[in-house]
Amino acid sequence: MSILSQLREKPWPQSNGATVLKVGPSILRTPTEVGLLFFLASITGLFTLLLISYNGRILLGNDWVPVPDPAILWINTAILIFSSIAFHRARKHAQASKVIGIRKNLLVAGLLTFGFLSGQTIASLQLYELGYYVSNNPANAFFYLLTGIHALHLIGGLFVWMRTQYRVQLGVDLRKIKVSVELCAIYWHYLLVVWLIIFVLLLTT
Amino acid sequence: MASETVVIPPAELPEVELYHAKSWITKYVFSQDAKVIAIQYSGTAVLIGLVGLVLSWLMRLQLGFPETFSFIDESEYLQYVTLHGMIMVVYLLTALFLGGFGNYMIPLMVGARDMVFPYANMLSFWIYLLSVLILVASFFVPGGPTGAGWTLYPPQAITSGTPGSDGGIILMLVSLVFFIIGFTMGGLNYAVTVLQARARGMTLMMMPLTVWGIFVATILALFAFPALLVASIMMLFDRILDTSFFIPMIYEMGEVIPREGGSPVLFQHLFWFFGHPEVYIVALPAFGIVSDVISTHARKAIFGYRMMVWAIIAIGGLSFIVWAHHMYVSGMNPYFGFFFATTTLIIAIPTALKLYNWTLTLWKGNIHMTVPMLWCIAFIVTFLNGGVTGLFLGNVSVDVPLSDTMFVVAHFHMVMGVAPIFVIFAAIYHWFPLATGKMLNNAMGQFHFWVTFVGAYLIYFPMHYLGFVGVPRRYYEIGETTFVPPSAADLNAFITIMVLIVGFAQVVFIYNLLTSIFSGKKSEVNPWKATTLEWQTSEFPPGHGNFGDELPVVYRWAYEYGAPENVDDYVPQNIHPDKVARKPIAE
Ligand code: HEM
Ligand SMILES: [Cu+2]
Repeated sequence: MSILSQLREKPWPQSNGATVLKVGPSILRTPTEVGLLFFLASITGLFTLLLISYNGRILLGNDWVPVPDPAILWINTAILIFSSIAFHRARKHAQASKVIGIRKNLLVAGLLTFGFLSGQTIASLQLYELGYYVSNNPANAFFYLLTGIHALHLIGGLFVWMRTQYRVQLGVDLRKIKVSVELCAIYWHYLLVVWLIIFVLLLTT
Repeated sequence: MASETVVIPPAELPEVELYHAKSWITKYVFSQDAKVIAIQYSGTAVLIGLVGLVLSWLMRLQLGFPETFSFIDESEYLQYVTLHGMIMVVYLLTALFLGGFGNYMIPLMVGARDMVFPYANMLSFWIYLLSVLILVASFFVPGGPTGAGWTLYPPQAITSGTPGSDGGIILMLVSLVFFIIGFTMGGLNYAVTVLQARARGMTLMMMPLTVWGIFVATILALFAFPALLVASIMMLFDRILDTSFFIPMIYEMGEVIPREGGSPVLFQHLFWFFGHPEVYIVALPAFGIVSDVISTHARKAIFGYRMMVWAIIAIGGLSFIVWAHHMYVSGMNPYFGFFFATTTLIIAIPTALKLYNWTLTLWKGNIHMTVPMLWCIAFIVTFLNGGVTGLFLGNVSVDVPLSDTMFVVAHFHMVMGVAPIFVIFAAIYHWFPLATGKMLNNAMGQFHFWVTFVGAYLIYFPMHYLGFVGVPRRYYEIGETTFVPPSAADLNAFITIMVLIVGFAQVVFIYNLLTSIFSGKKSEVNPWKATTLEWQTSEFPPGHGNFGDELPVVYRWAYEYGAPENVDDYVPQNIHPDKVARKPIAE
């Protein structure tokens, strides 16, 4: 039932006195999935507001000096894309219940994420060496702020990844593993999209 | 009577495994049971709320009797104002309505054994507690807590000269960041439990309005808090790392500080994009609770249930497009102001509808003037009062002269201070028997109600007048002016005395709570004869897992009170239709 027709339901006793019981809560997804969707919606708010502030700060001040974007960001982006692909493949293997495939791809995906995070750190250090300190210019500050908050979200994801990887190693409870892999994949794809948007913004401003 | 067809859909998902605590510590301290977490949340919120209350006494002492108390100086006054506001809005009301009532009521009212993510739920409380402790710690750092006003507007929030610009503001912001992280963990629980863990038969439109209110408020919070998070993090950067997100070029102590170009107005937008929905994060649960308590104590179905649900949703949606009505005096394009004034006035429509429906629920009801009912009626009147002054302030031309006066203070205390607090009292008197198995003492309850209700009006009505004559808000002392008549000083002294009397009534309330827990009259099962599931548990008060071996199945909405065709005055949601005694139908 669509949400709108659910909200049009008349719950009070009908005139013929009959109680007609409708279908209960329609459970299309597992609670964890719905939880993740809400979480993604909430952090979409977070990133949107950050990006609005980014543009707002450019427009409202007249002191914006663009940061040169370190070349390593391109490599990092590629790494994150590969990580997402690995998660995608882990998910496919999970759907086919192939534990070995899950384990391999999951491991690769996680390691690539570590690679991405190291790359981002290097990018920041390079800028810092060049004298682009946080306090010099809002463009610098936003560079560190955006990459930092994005990285924190990936680090949070890595905790879930570690738990999943551990479960896969033990090979326990395929049902739970499937759910975790599924959720990780969605989360990583999401953070890839967020990163691509941030990256484009950094390149163009 | 025609036989009724009852189709019970089979459960679509297996029951979630319930976590069972193995030791005393995991049962009562690091507990994953929503009911225990609810009590932990409520207890912490009330304790920090008492700090907020004491701060308000100190402020009132200063305002009522200026130049009398040497232990309150200008800086301290501003710190009291700030911490009082922040504590009351965020750490008391938000935490109590969502973390406290949300945790207690949602699983019980939707017929679930617990929240869907008990572990995250537990973390949510401990992170909240941490944020409270950080906030309290700010009282003890050099320079004291921040005195920037609860709105924390930059640049003054972080420039020297504002009290607490050393450590105080940093701790305040860090505390908010933790609060938001903790809230998000709880909030996901509340929303998903409502969507995914309802008992069979409980369609969305069969949910009690309490659940609706908390549910929509949670969603608002999940979208509004990120704005405060962004603002807090950016201000932390500005304060600690000397960035200039919000800091324009300014002179500080006669010198230009080495920053420029930042936008204070950007902060205001972020803050109020959170701040206005926050009002409804507090109000919507209150709306829901009032609806249910009124219906139960007037033995009458809520009037216009569907409208009530739609109004909650509409108010929730609209609350995101009115924020700039807090910024009329910050300088904005006139069309912008026009837009926000219009949306603000539009919110009055669904809100007025709710007020009508409550009144119509009471109309010809079999009203029991119990203490919870008294609080609810007081809420309706007070919310109406505050709402009407809100319509004034929503208009740009009226707001400009009234902005930053005591009129605003009176207005928002009516709508989001006094009114929701009344509902909290209603809820506590209503659900205390459920949580403890004991009744609260009625005489003390009546005393508490009448003193608080009358007192609140004696405090805040005159405050509107003070605002009219131009007494500014957040002022330590106004001294001699050409526009404030000397009688205002007497009025201020009067208000302060009232505050102390109302404060005494709260002491009586707390005494009542504490003594009733231990030696109160034992409550019978379902003392108010309510229909909702929380009263239909196998044990009373409900134990771990809430319901016995079988989860309840829901056959009707929550408002079957005084239905003419039934023999009984009320029919709980989970009674099978064949077991409901009907009056014989005259042929
Ligand atoms: C006994 C109850 C209360 C009393 C006597 C009281 C009194 C006051 C006073 C005297 C001020 C400062 C006015 C000024 O100098 O500008 C104030 C500010 C404020 N109060 Fe209350 N208050 C009470 C309860 C509440 C509650 C329940 C809330 C919850 C919403 C609340 C929210 C605020 C806020 C947000 C401010 C503004 C702080 C600021 O200007 O930064 N108060 N209150
Ligand atoms: Cu507002």
